[in-house]
Amino acid sequence: MNPRTLYDKLWEDHLVRTEKDGTSLIYIDRHLVHEVTSPQAFEGLRLAGRKPWRPDSAVATPDHNVPTQGRASGIADPVARIQVAALDANCEEFGIQEFGMDDARQGIVHVIGPEQGFILPGMTVVCGDSHTSTHGAMGALAFGIGTSEVEHVLATQCLIQKKSRTMRISVDGALAPGVTAKDIVLAIIGEIGTAGGTGYVIEFAGDAIRALSMEGRMTVCNMTIEAGARAGLIGVDDTTLDYLNGRSQVPSGKQWEAARDNWRNLCSDEGAEFDKEVRIDAASIAPQVTWGTSPEMVVSVTDRVPDPAQVSDSLKAEGMRRALEYMGLEANTPVSDIPVDHVFIGSCTNGRIEDLRAAAAVVRGKKVADNIVQALVVPGSGPVKEQAEREGLDKDFVAAGFEWREPGCSMCLAMNADQLKPGERCASTSNRNFEGRQGKGGRTHLVGPAMAAAAAIAGHFTDIRELQGS
Amino acid sequence: MDKFEKFTGRVAPLDRANVDTDAIIPKQFLKSIKRTGFGPNLFDEWRYLDQGEPDRDNDNRPLNTSFVLNDSRYQGAQILLTRDNFGCGSSREHAPWALADYGFRVIIAPSFADIFFNNCFKNGILPIVLKEHDVDSLFAKSGDESALELTVDLSSQELKSAHGAVLSFDVDPFRKQCLLEGLDDIGLTLQHQDSIRAFEEQRRVKAPWVFGC
Repeated sequence: MNPRTLYDKLWEDHLVRTEKDGTSLIYIDRHLVHEVTSPQAFEGLRLAGRKPWRPDSAVATPDHNVPTQGRASGIADPVARIQVAALDANCEEFGIQEFGMDDARQGIVHVIGPEQGFILPGMTVVCGDSHTSTHGAMGALAFGIGTSEVEHVLATQCLIQKKSRTMRISVDGALAPGVTAKDIVLAIIGEIGTAGGTGYVIEFAGDAIRALSMEGRMTVCNMTIEAGARAGLIGVDDTTLDYLNGRSQVPSGKQWEAARDNWRNLCSDEGAEFDKEVRIDAASIAPQVTWGTSPEMVVSVTDRVPDPAQVSDSLKAEGMRRALEYMGLEANTPVSDIPVDHVFIGSCTNGRIEDLRAAAAVVRGKKVADNIVQALVVPGSGPVKEQAEREGLDKDFVAAGFEWREPGCSMCLAMNADQLKPGERCASTSNRNFEGRQGKGGRTHLVGPAMAAAAAIAGHFTDIRELQGS
Repeated sequence: MDKFEKFTGRVAPLDRANVDTDAIIPKQFLKSIKRTGFGPNLFDEWRYLDQGEPDRDNDNRPLNTSFVLNDSRYQGAQILLTRDNFGCGSSREHAPWALADYGFRVIIAPSFADIFFNNCFKNGILPIVLKEHDVDSLFAKSGDESALELTVDLSSQELKSAHGAVLSFDVDPFRKQCLLEGLDDIGLTLQHQDSIRAFEEQRRVKAPWVFGC
C-alpha cells in the first residue's frame, strides 16, 4: 500500500460511500453540542418528525451564554436564559447527555470533550463551532459545522463532504524559553495568512510540535481555523496516550490495550505525500502580539506596529489602515509601548490548566498595574477550575488583582456580560481580534497566557522573556 | 428549501477583504432560537451608528450613511460583491440566515471561507468564485451612478450584464443540483440508511470504544 497521510487514514476509515464526482458520505463518531448553534437543528428534527440516529454519540453543555459570576441567581439576560433552557429541554427530549450549567463538569465544549475522554484518536468529531479543530490534537478528524449540518449529523450520523487537500506544517527545532504554543500558531497564521489553509487539512509536525504537551497541541489545532483550514491534526504519540490513559470515558483494561495498539498507527506514514509543505524554524519564533483586526495581523513583541505606507498591495494597505484606525494605533509604534486596560485569560484556546499555571507564575506575588480596569481569569471548565484551586492558583490571581470566575466562553466572544466598552483595549488569550468581537468598539490583542499576565502587571505589552530572565 | 431560479438583481459592492461572520451578524443576535428575522441586523455594527440589541426596534436607529447598504443606489440588492476570504471566522449559520433574510441570493468574491461557503448552499444562497480581475471589473462597474444589475443563471453557470457581457463560473455539480431542485440534504442521505447501518456495524467491531459512551 502507498504511504498514507494521517488525514488519508482518518478519511478512509469513515467513508460510508462515494459518488463518482468525489462527493462522499462520511460517518461521524462524536458530536459536541452547545446552546447557540443547536436550537434550530433540534427544531428541524421535530418539524420533520426525526429522531437522533445515535444519541449516545453526542454530549452537550452550555458555554457561550453562561454568566461567569453569580450563577446561583441564574441567567439575568432573558434571551440567553431561554436559549440555555432550550438546550436543557432539547437534550432531555432527545436523550442526549448534557453537563448543565450547575454540573461540576460544565465548561467550554472544546475543553470538556478531551478532559472527559469523549474525544479519542481516530474519531471523526463535529460541533456547531469553528474551534472544533481543537480536537485534531488527539489524532482525530475534527471540524466545525453550521446548524444545518448539526441537524444532518443528528438525523443521519453522517456528513456530505469532499476530501480536502493536505498541508504539512513542520515546526523544526526547539522553541526558545518563554515561547509557547500560542506563539507558534500565531506565527504560522502570520506566515500563511488567514486564508492560507482554505481547502486544506493541516497536519502539524516537527520537533517543536512533538515537544508540546496535549494542552499546547490543542492550542495549536484550535487556531487552525484562523488559518482557514478545515481541520488541524497531530499524529498520536506517547504524549497523546499518556494524556488519555485513565480519563473517565477512555476505555480501560483489555480494551485500552487494543485501542492503544490501534491508535499508534494514527500518524502519517514515512514518505506520505502532502499537497503542500511549509517549514518553520522554531528558534525564529518570538512571543507574538496581534496589532490589527485579523489574526494574521501579528508581529513579535519586539517589533513595531507595521506601516501601510510600506505595503505595495493597495487593497492590503487599505485593510491595514482601516485596522489601525479601529485599533486606535499609529504605525511604527513599538508593540511594548501599547498600554492595555483589560486582560482576559481563558477561552477554548488558552483556558486549560497549563495556561492558568503559566499565567499564575507570572503574577504570583505581584500586582496588576494601576491602569488596568479589569483583569479576568475564566477557567475553561469546572475540573480546570477545581484543579487550579487545589494548586492555589486562584489565590495568586486574586492577590494580584485579577477576578476569578466560573467557566465559560466569556469575553472571548462576549455573548454574556463580560464585554469591552468602545475604545477599551484588551490583552486576550482568545482566538479572534475581529472588530467588535469582545464588545462593540473593543480593541483586542491576541497573546499567550504568560504574555497576557505580563501585560496585566506592566500595564502594557512586555517581552515575557525579559521578565522571566530578570 | 426553495428552488434556485434564474433572476436579475442589483449588485451591492462591499469593498473589503476578510469580512468575518462576527461582522456579518454580531454575537448578541445569536441568542435567538429561530432561523429567521436576522436581516435587519445584517452587518449591524457597520450599518448603524448605535449598539444593536435583539429586542430593539431597528427602524428608528441612526444609520451609518457611509456604509454601502445604506446607499440609495443599492436598495433591494440581491447580489453581494465582495473580496477575498468572505465569511471567515465563526461557523455561525446565522450569517447566511441574515444575508438571505436581508434578500441576498448570490455572493460574488475571489474566495470564501470554507464553513461559510458550505453553509450558504444549505440556505439557498449561491456563492460564486470569480477571478480577481473579474471581481475588480465588477467593482468598477458597480460604482457607477446607477447600480449594476446582473442576471444569474445557475443552470448555464453564467452571469450576464444588461450590455450582454457574460462571465461563466464553476459550481460543484452535486451542490448545483441541490440548489436547482431545492433538495433536502437529510432526505437524500437517509436514502442510504442501509449503507450507514452496515458501515456502523463494521465500525463497531473495529473500534468498539466509539460506541456506548
